[in-house]
Amino acid sequence: MSVWWIMLACGVVTFAIRLSFIAAEGRLTFPYWFRTLLPFVPVAALTAQVIPELLMPQGALWLSFNNSRLVAGLIAIAIAVQTRSVLWTLVGGFAALALLNGSAPP
Amino acid sequence: MTGADSASQEFRAGVLALAPLLVGVIPFGMIYGALALANGLSPAAALAMSTILFAGSAQFLFCQLLGVGAPATVIVAEVGLLNLRHALYSAALAPRIAHLPRRWKLVLAYLLTDEAFAAISQREAAGKAGPQRRWFYLGAGLALWGGWQLSTAAGVVLGARLPAHWPLDFALPLTFIAIIAPLIRSRAMLATAAVSGIVALLAAGLPFKLGLLAAALAGMAAGWWLAEARR
Repeated sequence: MSVWWIMLACGVVTFAIRLSFIAAEGRLTFPYWFRTLLPFVPVAALTAQVIPELLMPQGALWLSFNNSRLVAGLIAIAIAVQTRSVLWTLVGGFAALALLNGSAPP
Repeated sequence: MTGADSASQEFRAGVLALAPLLVGVIPFGMIYGALALANGLSPAAALAMSTILFAGSAQFLFCQLLGVGAPATVIVAEVGLLNLRHALYSAALAPRIAHLPRRWKLVLAYLLTDEAFAAISQREAAGKAGPQRRWFYLGAGLALWGGWQLSTAAGVVLGARLPAHWPLDFALPLTFIAIIAPLIRSRAMLATAAVSGIVALLAAGLPFKLGLLAAALAGMAAGWWLAEARR
């Protein structure tokens, strides 16, 4: 199958997911537990992607100060909690990783 | 203040709310463009995917799976699973845009990403959203869309000339850290993050990114249970 068809299928599926509840609103009523569960979605979904990137940068658990992604990630978390600034979190995190790796910053 | 004034103000506020996130999105878009070419996509296909899919981490996954020769059904299923979290964003946004015409709903659904949703939920949580909030949503969504298309194009043009030792992929966890931190304002939310992170590590070996889904569901359940217990 052409890569274009796979891409189109992925696009249709993704758009359908994004539209799902927006389109269903008013036609369905959702139970109490479902509505109260929603505020937890972003933190749950995004943390699940972040933690393995920091602790398993090469696919296996790496708990060490030599793991520069873990240390830079912790620094970024500290900056994010302190400043609540997206910009400083990103700049600080990249700078920390660059310094730890001794390479040119991106 | 007239409706048109507040509409353009809301639109501008949406663009500005999203702008800092572009510092993370732009490197990620560049590395996606380079990765797409390295995995055998044509420049046209790499660019088109940013419009057709418009989902950074899913586009990454698509390229990686294509590179290892995964069958089409597996690619579509995995992209769907990874993007399932958008259903929950859709559910959170639905009541706020229920009164809008269908064309608005279609456009806002298409523009619904992690970053746009983060900008929207911060605005809503701060109680600043007004009757013209649709324009804020559109501004945030389009700012991300434009940044994603431009950075993807830059990645396609630069391609293999991007130095491999630049850790551009670190932009994804950093962006998500910046989104998550302001949202953690209660013990229940902290429990959600902790449980989700631990389960993500424990379930990392599961196929088809199922660990991601398991972790998100476990984290949500933990936070919800704690919040309910305190009510």
